[in-house]
Amino acid sequence: MRSYLVKRLLLTFPTVFGILVLVFVLMRIIPGDPARLMAGERATPEQVAAIREQMGLNDPYWVQFARFMGEMARGDFGESFFSKRPVMEELMARYPATVELTLFAMIIATVAGVLAGVMAAVYRGSILDHGVMALALVGVSMPIFWLGLQLIILFSVKLGWLPAGGRVDPRLGWQGSTGFVIFETLLRGEWAVFWDAVRRLLLPGVALATIPLSVIARVTRSAMLEVLGQDYIRTARAKGLSERVVIFRHTLRNALLPVITVVGLQVGSLLGGAVLTETVFSWPGIGRYIVQSIEARDYPVVQGGVVLIALAFVVVNLIVDLLYTAIDPRIRYS
Amino acid sequence: MNRQSPLRRLFRYRNALLGGAIILTLVTMVTCAPWVAPYDPLEADLTRALRPPGGEFLLGTDEQGRDLFSRLVWGGRLSLLAGVSAIGLALVLGTATGALSAYFGGWLDLLVMRVMDIMLAFPSILLAIAITAILGPGLGNAILAVAVVNIPYFARLVRASVLSIKEQEYVLAAEALGAGHLRILAGHVLPNALAPLIVQATLGLGWALLDIAGLSFLGLGARPPDPEWGSMLSRAQAYIQVAPWVVTFPGLAIMVAVLGFNLLGDGLRDALDPRLRR
Repeated sequence: MRSYLVKRLLLTFPTVFGILVLVFVLMRIIPGDPARLMAGERATPEQVAAIREQMGLNDPYWVQFARFMGEMARGDFGESFFSKRPVMEELMARYPATVELTLFAMIIATVAGVLAGVMAAVYRGSILDHGVMALALVGVSMPIFWLGLQLIILFSVKLGWLPAGGRVDPRLGWQGSTGFVIFETLLRGEWAVFWDAVRRLLLPGVALATIPLSVIARVTRSAMLEVLGQDYIRTARAKGLSERVVIFRHTLRNALLPVITVVGLQVGSLLGGAVLTETVFSWPGIGRYIVQSIEARDYPVVQGGVVLIALAFVVVNLIVDLLYTAIDPRIRYS
Repeated sequence: MNRQSPLRRLFRYRNALLGGAIILTLVTMVTCAPWVAPYDPLEADLTRALRPPGGEFLLGTDEQGRDLFSRLVWGGRLSLLAGVSAIGLALVLGTATGALSAYFGGWLDLLVMRVMDIMLAFPSILLAIAITAILGPGLGNAILAVAVVNIPYFARLVRASVLSIKEQEYVLAAEALGAGHLRILAGHVLPNALAPLIVQATLGLGWALLDIAGLSFLGLGARPPDPEWGSMLSRAQAYIQVAPWVVTFPGLAIMVAVLGFNLLGDGLRDALDPRLRR
C-alpha cells in the first residue's frame, strides 16, 4: 500500500512536467511579439527592444525554458499585462469563487446522479428507469451555456425567483477575508449574505452539474445492474435482509468503484465547464477571468490560469486514485 | 453461432434508428438550405427586428430582423461542417499516430503515448480554448483546436486495436509473404480496428459540436455575421429579457444534433461490438 502511494505520487511528476512543457511550447508559438503587447500600442521600437531584453526573449529557448520552469516551481506566473499585478495574486483572488461553484456542482451531480442511477437500476425496465435514462441522454447532449441561459430565462426573467448572476449582492456591502463567501458567512453566522450567496449559486451550480450528473447516473445504473446479478446479492436476499439493506449496503457499496472513477473524471468536465458557466452567470471566477484575458490578449494570465486548472485536475485524479485503495480492499497494488 | 448482419442488428435498436433519422433529417435540411430556408440568412431589416415566433417568420426574427429559421438552417451547415471537419481531422491524425506508435513500438510508442496522456490531463474545452486563444479567433482555428483535443482518444483506441491485431496469424502471414509495413497496416491491421473507430467518431461528433459551439459562444469561433449555432447564441444573450426565442432556438438545434449523434453512437456500439452489450 505504501509503495503504491509513493509510486502514484512520483507518477504525477512527469505529467506535471509535460503540462508545463506543453504550455511553454504553446505560449511560444503565439503569433505576434509579446514584448510589443506588453509595451502597448504607442511604445517606441527602443522601448520594445528594452522590454524584450528584460523579458529574456533574446535568450536561447533552453535558457527561457529553464527560467520558465524555475518560475513555475516558485508559483511565479509573471505579471498581468493589463493590471500590472502578479498573475498569481489575481488568480488567487478569483480561485475561491471557482472552487465554491465547482464543489457545489460536484455535490449536486454526485448525490443526485447516484440516487437516480440506483433508482433506475432497482426499477429496471420501468417508466422511471426509461425516464431517468432519457433525461441523462438529453443532459449530456445539451450545451451547458445554453442551459444556463434557459435557467435564467425561466427562474430570473419569467418567475423572478432567483438572481441571474454575480456572487453576492454588492448592496449587502460584504467584505470577506477569505473569498469563500458561503463557507465564511456560514461559519460566522452572517445569514443575510449567506442566503443571498446560496441563491446566486443555485442556477450556475445546477447548469454546471448537468453533464456530470447525467454521466454519473448512467454509470451508477450499469454498475448496480452488474452487482445485482451476483450470487451474494441473492444470498443476502435469501437470508431475509430488507431490500433497503440489500440495495444500499450490499449492492451500492460494491458498485461504487466505477462510480468514483467517473466522478473523478468528471471533475475535468466541471473545470472546463466552469469557463462557460462563469461567463454566462457573470461569476467572478478563474474561468471568466481567462476568457476576459484572452479578449484582452493578456497572455501571462491565460498561461497561469490554464496551468492552475490543469494542476487542479491532476491533483483531483491523484486523490481519486488513492481513494480506490481506501474504498475497495480487494485492490492490492504491488 | 447466430450470425446476423450488423445492419439487421442495428435495426433492432430503436434508439440508433431514431438517432440516424435525426442526423439524416438535419443533413438533408442543411444540404438543401437554399430551398429550405425561406429568407436570406444575412439580410437585415431593422423594421422587423425581434419579432416573436409564429406568423410570417416561423421561429421569429433576431435583433437585426433576420429570419431565425433561415439562419438556423444555414448555421447548421456551418456547425455540422465544422464538427465533421474537426472529427475527420482528429480521426486521420489520431489513427496515424496510434497505428504507427503501436506498430513500431519501442521508445516512439512510449513518447507518443506520454504526450497523449498529457493532453488528456487538460479538460478538453480548456485545452481547445487555450489553443484557439493562441492561434487567434476564427472558425478555422476553432476546428483545428477541437481536432487536436480529440486526437488522443483516436490514437489510444487505434493503438490498443493494433497491438492486439499485429500478433494475429494473418498479419504474420502477410509479413512472411513480404508485404511492407504500410501495406500491412493499411491493408490488414486497420480494417480490423474499424468498428471501435466508427463508434468513437460518431460519439466524438456530438462532443465536437458542443465544443465548437462553446468556443463560438465565447467569441473564439465563428464570427458575426456568419450564422453558426454557437455564435448565434452569443449574440442573442443581450436580448434574453425581451426576446428569449432568439436564445432558445439555436441551443435547441445544437441539442437535437448532439442527441442524434449520441443515440446513433450508442446504438452503433451495441451493434458493432456485441461484447459490450449489456
